[in-house]
Amino acid sequence: MSTTLTPILSEHWDRPDSFTLDGYRATGGYEALRRALTMEPDAIVDMVKQSGLRGRGGAGFPTGMKWGFLPPDNPNPRYLVVNADESEPGTCKDIPLMLANPHVLVEGIAIASYAIRSHQAFVYVRGEVVHVIRRLRRAVAEAYDAGLLGKDILGTGFDLDVVVHAGAGAYICGEETALLDSLEGYRGQPRLKPPFPAVAGLYASPTVVNNVESIASVPSIVANGAEWFTSMGTEKSAGFGFFSLSGHVTNPGQYEAPLGITLRELLDMAGGIRAGHRLKFWTPGGSSTPIFTDEHLDTPLDFESVGAAGSMLGTRALQIFDETTCVVRAVGRWIAFYAHESCGKCTPCREGNFWMVQVLDRLENGRGTEEDLDKLLDICDNLLGRSFCALGDGATSPVTSSIKYFRQEYIDHVEKGGCPFDHSRATLWGDRPTSTTTERGGNQ
Amino acid sequence: MTEHSTPDDTGADRFPDEVVARLEQDAKELISRYPKERSALLPLLHLVQAEEGHVSRAGMRFCADQLGITLAEVNAVATFYTMYRRRPGGDYQVGVCTNTLCAVMGGDEIFAALKEHLGVGNAETTEDGKVTLEHVECNAACDFAPVVMVNWEFFDNQTPESAKRLVDDLRLGRDVAPTRGPASLCTWKQASRVLAGFDDGRGGEGVQAAAPSLAGLKLARERGWSAPDPGTVRPSTPEEQGEEGSK
Repeated sequence: MSTTLTPILSEHWDRPDSFTLDGYRATGGYEALRRALTMEPDAIVDMVKQSGLRGRGGAGFPTGMKWGFLPPDNPNPRYLVVNADESEPGTCKDIPLMLANPHVLVEGIAIASYAIRSHQAFVYVRGEVVHVIRRLRRAVAEAYDAGLLGKDILGTGFDLDVVVHAGAGAYICGEETALLDSLEGYRGQPRLKPPFPAVAGLYASPTVVNNVESIASVPSIVANGAEWFTSMGTEKSAGFGFFSLSGHVTNPGQYEAPLGITLRELLDMAGGIRAGHRLKFWTPGGSSTPIFTDEHLDTPLDFESVGAAGSMLGTRALQIFDETTCVVRAVGRWIAFYAHESCGKCTPCREGNFWMVQVLDRLENGRGTEEDLDKLLDICDNLLGRSFCALGDGATSPVTSSIKYFRQEYIDHVEKGGCPFDHSRATLWGDRPTSTTTERGGNQ
Repeated sequence: MTEHSTPDDTGADRFPDEVVARLEQDAKELISRYPKERSALLPLLHLVQAEEGHVSRAGMRFCADQLGITLAEVNAVATFYTMYRRRPGGDYQVGVCTNTLCAVMGGDEIFAALKEHLGVGNAETTEDGKVTLEHVECNAACDFAPVVMVNWEFFDNQTPESAKRLVDDLRLGRDVAPTRGPASLCTWKQASRVLAGFDDGRGGEGVQAAAPSLAGLKLARERGWSAPDPGTVRPSTPEEQGEEGSK
């Protein structure tokens, strides 16, 4: 039997008032918070542990376990920090979620804060999304006015303040310790771990840092139970998540499904690769996850299966590229991004990415040599695992995986003395006789 | 994100007294939101950018004075983050995504068309002071590619033609509305003030979601798909879960 979609977080996004408190309450919103506040905090932590929810920000660490790491005897205040710095190339789920339903995040923050005994939460949103920040602040203000945040929430004596904090343009701040430095008012540079944020996080206090989608999934778990959650997904990758299809697909967009669905199934739902073309390569979880090809159409998209096939589930950011796309150009552009976003703290990442840009640039323009491929792999060897955070590791993914699957295409550039592709054919309008708009988001 | 190469070292060293007096009220409000005051530095930098359109030496001095830290400490932070302009720019910052996905889908063609159409290069401003053009990195709207951001509002599914019309409208002072955003575009300074943390009351404007965000939901409704009914989920043994695998 094939997998079907399971709209949960997106279930009411087609209501024009989905982002308002009234709209959210009309669909059962904040009932989970009401229920959670009657439970013991530890019972909620246990429930999230039993659900098997794993972090939806890319790394997949079990959320309940993260909550359980807070040291019980530390006298400092505890903080919840929501990572809303969605910036990984290809990743585009948290931003539409906060635009369409910011209250599910606010409710999740309230439940999670209660569970970990925190009275102060922060949402660190990337700065480049002004309207999302407006929406989120509006939701927080509505929740305060309704007694769902602030002092004595719903008459239970539980106090919680929430601050929506805008970043200022730095991909590295999606890394949790860089995010904490940024939130403290410093340059966003990663810290050496351990100590982990659970022990010494924001202001050196015990801190939980969770992704938007992870926290937004908590109300549904509290409302429906851990068994409901584990009835979806696989044994070790439980539950549901957004699969974000972009690129050369007929109907790009957000598809909320159980973990373990395959790209073949998702493409079928999304109307397939755009008409007249075929799949060439794709990322399972953003640009930092090694690329896949049409060999991997039936790989279940769960943490274990994607890992066993040589990549990572990441953020389920499925960037789809058809045969009109030059893989050397694609990888070169990603590495230019990593070079730009490297914070400069660790030499392997700072210098490695700088030099990979030079090598990829000459390869793309037909001025490279076959030995340049070995040079790239050598740089990756000296980058992977040699920096404080995973930014540098991520940069090696597209390079090594593209050479593995498309070595000949690199060599074609060398032999032809230039790029063999007509880039205009890859554009959104490249295949159309006229530049009229096509309706999107519909079903074929 | 922008490469603003030339820092503004030429302006005044401090804001005029009346500006300091006015902004101090805002600064106190921002600082009060945090357990430790230095956390307000990024909001304060957005605030001084809202005042001048960029982060000047005087703006950084103001931040340093509010937080009791040095100008060098503020400068170190201001130069790390790409959203802080280090020299004056236009009322409208037009950012074309040229990260891989958008570039392949036509972002490169859009950026090239705008450079030619406006007669400016990356991070340069038109002579009328209206538009600063730049290429930006992934802005988390890949299912709407190619994407153009104006003052960090979404203009989805652009083409070279639509982007040229967009910048023409901006320069002519015509009303322009983002695809997913407020009913009309605000200026760079106004947007910076929102980022600093001061609400402009416009969060209720605009759509809740656009077509790609609803693609999966629409299909699920058509085919009658939904999440499991919690009432019918029975407790299962670990062995059963293992056999079921992906469902």
